[in-house]
Amino acid sequence: MEERFRSVTDLEAHRRQLTAAHDPNRTVVAVCAGTGCCAYGARRLAEAFREEIDKSNLEVELRVTGCHGFCERGPAVEIYPQGIFYQRVKEADIPEILAETVRNGVAIKRLLYSDTEGRTYEREHEVPFYLHQTRVLLAFNGQINPDSIDDYIAAGGYAALGKVLQEHKPEELVDLIMRSGLRGRGGGGFPTGIKWQSCRKAPAADGVRYILCNGDEGDPGAFMDRSLMEGNPHLILEGMIIGAFAIGYPGKPRGYIYVRNEYPLAVERLGRAMEQARQYGLLGKNILGTGLDFDVLINKGGGAFVCGESTALMASIEGFVGEPRAKHIHTAEQGLFDKPTNLNNVETWANVPLIINRGLEWFTSIGTGDVSKDPWGGSKGTKIFALVGKVNNTGLVEVPMGATLRHIIWDVGGGPPPGKKFKAVQTGGPSGGCLPESLLDLQVDFDRLTDAGSMMGSGGMIVMDESTCMVDLARYFLHFLAEESCGKCISCREGLAQLCAIVDRICKGEGREDDLQLLKDLSATVQAASLCGLGQSAANPLLSTMRYFEEEYRAHITGHRCPAKVCKTLIRYVIDEKCDGCMACNAQCGAKAIQGGKKARHAIDDLLCTRCGVCMDVCKRNAIHVES
Amino acid sequence: MLSHEESQVRSVVEFKVQGRTCRGTQGESLLSALRHHGFEVPSLCFHEAVSPYGACRLCLVEVKKGRRSKLTTSCNYPVQEGLEVQLDTDEVVRHRRIVLQLLLAAAPAAKAVRDLAALHGVEETPFVPRPGEDCIQCGMCVRICELVGVNALGFAGRGVRKHVTTPYEKANLACVGCGACADVCPTGCVKVVDADEFRTIERWHLRVPLTACAACGRGFAPEVHLTRMAGQAKMEIARLATCPKCRGRAYAADFRLP
Repeated sequence: MEERFRSVTDLEAHRRQLTAAHDPNRTVVAVCAGTGCCAYGARRLAEAFREEIDKSNLEVELRVTGCHGFCERGPAVEIYPQGIFYQRVKEADIPEILAETVRNGVAIKRLLYSDTEGRTYEREHEVPFYLHQTRVLLAFNGQINPDSIDDYIAAGGYAALGKVLQEHKPEELVDLIMRSGLRGRGGGGFPTGIKWQSCRKAPAADGVRYILCNGDEGDPGAFMDRSLMEGNPHLILEGMIIGAFAIGYPGKPRGYIYVRNEYPLAVERLGRAMEQARQYGLLGKNILGTGLDFDVLINKGGGAFVCGESTALMASIEGFVGEPRAKHIHTAEQGLFDKPTNLNNVETWANVPLIINRGLEWFTSIGTGDVSKDPWGGSKGTKIFALVGKVNNTGLVEVPMGATLRHIIWDVGGGPPPGKKFKAVQTGGPSGGCLPESLLDLQVDFDRLTDAGSMMGSGGMIVMDESTCMVDLARYFLHFLAEESCGKCISCREGLAQLCAIVDRICKGEGREDDLQLLKDLSATVQAASLCGLGQSAANPLLSTMRYFEEEYRAHITGHRCPAKVCKTLIRYVIDEKCDGCMACNAQCGAKAIQGGKKARHAIDDLLCTRCGVCMDVCKRNAIHVES
Repeated sequence: MLSHEESQVRSVVEFKVQGRTCRGTQGESLLSALRHHGFEVPSLCFHEAVSPYGACRLCLVEVKKGRRSKLTTSCNYPVQEGLEVQLDTDEVVRHRRIVLQLLLAAAPAAKAVRDLAALHGVEETPFVPRPGEDCIQCGMCVRICELVGVNALGFAGRGVRKHVTTPYEKANLACVGCGACADVCPTGCVKVVDADEFRTIERWHLRVPLTACAACGRGFAPEVHLTRMAGQAKMEIARLATCPKCRGRAYAADFRLP
């Protein structure tokens, strides 16, 4: 890379050069290299594409892109200009793709997405999974090369920054974000504008204000922030630079991105993006000749869930144990290194350039409520969810705030797999709640989810069918949180451990009549007496399942049965008359619990059986079932 | 939270406790202000000498600032003008009872915990106890060690596995054996034993020889501790050559009437 932009005009001139050189009819093979696709071998696939293309003398650009969000169907490959979308591509498919699709423009049916009814779809946006989404944050994820700042600039990147630096005063910008009604995507849903304003107004003797990005994303099964960081790192950087201008100019704004070390690809791509931005003069001293000095450092986290909490995150950056502290003095006034600090989530930062590029009217037209007078008045914009569990299409889903659960799970997710019945959906990660079928028409936004006893969280969405035991589910999340609690507050450390102990005994069929009341009382104390968000919301999965599925708890306690047939102590495996004595289960059983010789009906010894379920998996005659 | 010196130069503010007007200094710990005014608020992890931490959650109070009221621990809550404080509301009492039950289960071997619980009418716990445990992980020892300037102790682990220990669970060479940790420990789980010319703090795997008193010959303090103290107080080590008892006797002799 050669030049450093000295002004916004330089940047725009560079963009014009890039667009002029861009041939819209050029053939591009775009291979997704998000973490999901890489796990399916996308890196090797991209190399193989490179080799085949070199051999073939074809005029083709190979582009390695970020995550498409349809990770279950990886590796994903898209061919431009036609926009043909292939899924589950293997190295062996490459010669055919080059010969048929690239040379002749014909789609290979076998590689297209086909739904449960066998319909195939040629283009990505036609696939139901994408058709029903509103992809604005993820729009460029599958199209640009995250390692190329030029790709981002050609797609309109850093235009918002240029516009802001030329046309806005910092205060106006804070006001704009306030009126947009943008609320924190990390889970709390606190209005971003109010945060920015308090940080801007907080006295800073030496002018230093910290602009932080929370990329700690610790919810099991959630990966929207990772995909944004990996797929479009410049979008986040641009948001942060705009934030630095709005909050810290004139002054000395300094930036940190806190990413967990388990996201090596995100760290790598963010690092490269920052390097490129520095070379172009978009980070560092005198950004675009406007006198704004701002640079960002990456801080790698050790993977503690609690470090996603703002004060714990700051303690971690400072080099201390990631423990939350009391926020009676807000971090906007005294945060990182005791300086005024503004912390936003990855997805929140990514929204900022979009709001500036597309305008207030556009942003406020998406979502629920009225934020013209009060940023708390609704939820605006889109939200990315990590849709996982018992649905046909799992992956990253971006929908407008206010979309119903039914829309997300059925229209986008394709509903539960054939033969399965929907039971509940868990939103908001480990501290979220479970919502039953009766609430499927609930519009998903910050306030409605909270009212229903769940929360937005960072956007995890786990769909469950009849085979999920709600008590077991609560037990899983409680154990996760008990492990991840920092252990400072007695109410959280000991309280969660005791909640685990009580739910454990319920799952074993040893629950007591008064356990439900005890769970409720203890949960109330864990919520009220704990210091940080982890403890205050930790009882949510328990309380919401008790609220909507109380009969299931009662079945465990009084009936000593697990209706979903999950809790190991309460179930038994039984072999019925369909058994033809093939010995397959017998051979696989690690506990040697299956008796019966060749051609004779087998039986399972309950005392020896460990309830691992291997016998059921290997039985070809479907002769083994679970009783509770 | 402000140090005592810092809060001295801050302005005096008025706040209300159960309707009674009280005065305090802006920013000082609400718990110490409440105790100063004679209100009784239980706590196990608060000590004026060290920074508040908020681990035991027993000093819960209800504070109202403007229109919003909330529950908070008073030890790390700063006193502010116009604050309205309610102690022992139904909610506070309810949660405190459960916290005490949790403490009883977490450290059934700690007498101080049992006594405090009994004082609040909690004699039994519905929760699964951890037999023999006497530490509540309040971190008072960690903070006092930090204040002493030695930093020999720290937390390890998370969640229920969190515990105070020395690095790698081995004797820490930095430890001077001063015993301040045992002094502030609310449950008495840190025990300092001086016997056979050695000081032993079993919890920290420490065993250091004691310096013999120049007068009576009994071992009274670890040598490293004496050297450190002399350095900090800028005094000659020779003045610390005798044990406190003999030193007292010697000073007293100076005051004897002729």
